[in-house]
Amino acid sequence: MTNKVRVNIAMQANAESNAEFISTKFKTVSSLAMLACHQCGKLWKDAQEGECCQHCNATLHRRKPDSLNRTWALLITACIMYIPANILPVMITSTFFDTHQDTILSGIIFFWVSGDWELAAIVFIASFLVPLLKLASLLILVISSQRQSVWRQLERAKLYRLLEIIGRWSMLDVFVVSLLVGLVQIQGFAQITAGVGIVAFGAVVVLTMLASLSFDPRLIWDTSNSLTSSPSAIVTDASYKSNAN
Amino acid sequence: MHEIQDMIACEQCDAVFHKLSLANGEIARCTRCGAEIDRNAQERRNHLLPLTIASLIIFVIANTFPIVQIELQGLVSKTTLMGAVLSLSTEGASLVALLVLATTILFPFMQMLILFYLLIPSTSSNGRPGFSLLIRVMQVLRPWGMIEVFMLGVLVALIKLSNMATIIPGIALWAFCMLTVMLTVVVSFNPRYLWQIEISEQKAR
Repeated sequence: MTNKVRVNIAMQANAESNAEFISTKFKTVSSLAMLACHQCGKLWKDAQEGECCQHCNATLHRRKPDSLNRTWALLITACIMYIPANILPVMITSTFFDTHQDTILSGIIFFWVSGDWELAAIVFIASFLVPLLKLASLLILVISSQRQSVWRQLERAKLYRLLEIIGRWSMLDVFVVSLLVGLVQIQGFAQITAGVGIVAFGAVVVLTMLASLSFDPRLIWDTSNSLTSSPSAIVTDASYKSNAN
Repeated sequence: MHEIQDMIACEQCDAVFHKLSLANGEIARCTRCGAEIDRNAQERRNHLLPLTIASLIIFVIANTFPIVQIELQGLVSKTTLMGAVLSLSTEGASLVALLVLATTILFPFMQMLILFYLLIPSTSSNGRPGFSLLIRVMQVLRPWGMIEVFMLGVLVALIKLSNMATIIPGIALWAFCMLTVMLTVVVSFNPRYLWQIEISEQKAR
């Protein structure tokens, strides 16, 4: 069962991962005046923006339509919703004796105080750190792409891929609250209801996910020098080397 | 408008490469941004149909039986996933209920059904009806199925309750554990590769 060879193409010259070097070195779909179908991956020559892919019938675009505007809109909304998500209670526990309101952070503090440090850490990362880092990273990505910056392009590309993987995990608190609400329904004795905060929190997660989906990672590489250079100026053949071993 | 046959573009950074023919299980990565651009998914696809069927069965089990039962001074309460969604919607948090319903029940179920339909061997010569539409639906749904996040949520909720009530795990809890593992394999398969396989199969016919 050793036929699973991984062709891991080594990054060429890591030492010189100088941004300008990278962006002028590669032939791109745009520089070759082609269009790639974002659905099935087919490449088309002499195709117009808005035409349909003859293979899968999807509309062809050079970049995701209105990518930066849409990402900005969703991102700003998410930033606004982030405030009520952290201030308003996400869960209301009513027992025989009293009612108790929990926000995202007070839930984490409760775990920490009662000695469940691992759990406190998991919830802190998923519910507090991930949404915050996600908002910050998306802001960095959108602003730097808008300025066609050549700053740390490779790292930004990796950051985007990381965002797509970890973004979903901040739904954790939504699921915790919904399960507790479903489970603790002992009338008159103990009852847990969902607070308004959880709606805002769910909205933050959904909005940041939509924002990262509407962001086009190709924009990271659309720098001012790669856009102005003519296709003939890009000479090096970017065929990949396979290091099959 | 004509097709470029022997080239492939990186979805993430737009770089264009000459297509290589990959052996089973090989992955080609972009030399510019490091993203995966191509993979020989034939073998993986063959393993996928039995896994999808098994996931569908476990999914039904996970949703029919109660996840957990709690006992609080003689009073018993238990819930299924659907039950939790329903009590959320009656509590006035219907938006959250909808979100939970979509991400843990509706979308994963649709993904599995579509994958099942796309993977069963087709006898017709001109491909499957609705193929391109269904693949597109799969691509849209892909980020929104969150069974594995839900699983972690269940564990956190149980630990939270464990110091105020007795917890008796239900059958569905184990089913969700299994489903998490299986769906990780099933859903990590990029439906985009079904295109290539479909094309090569159509050529072979």
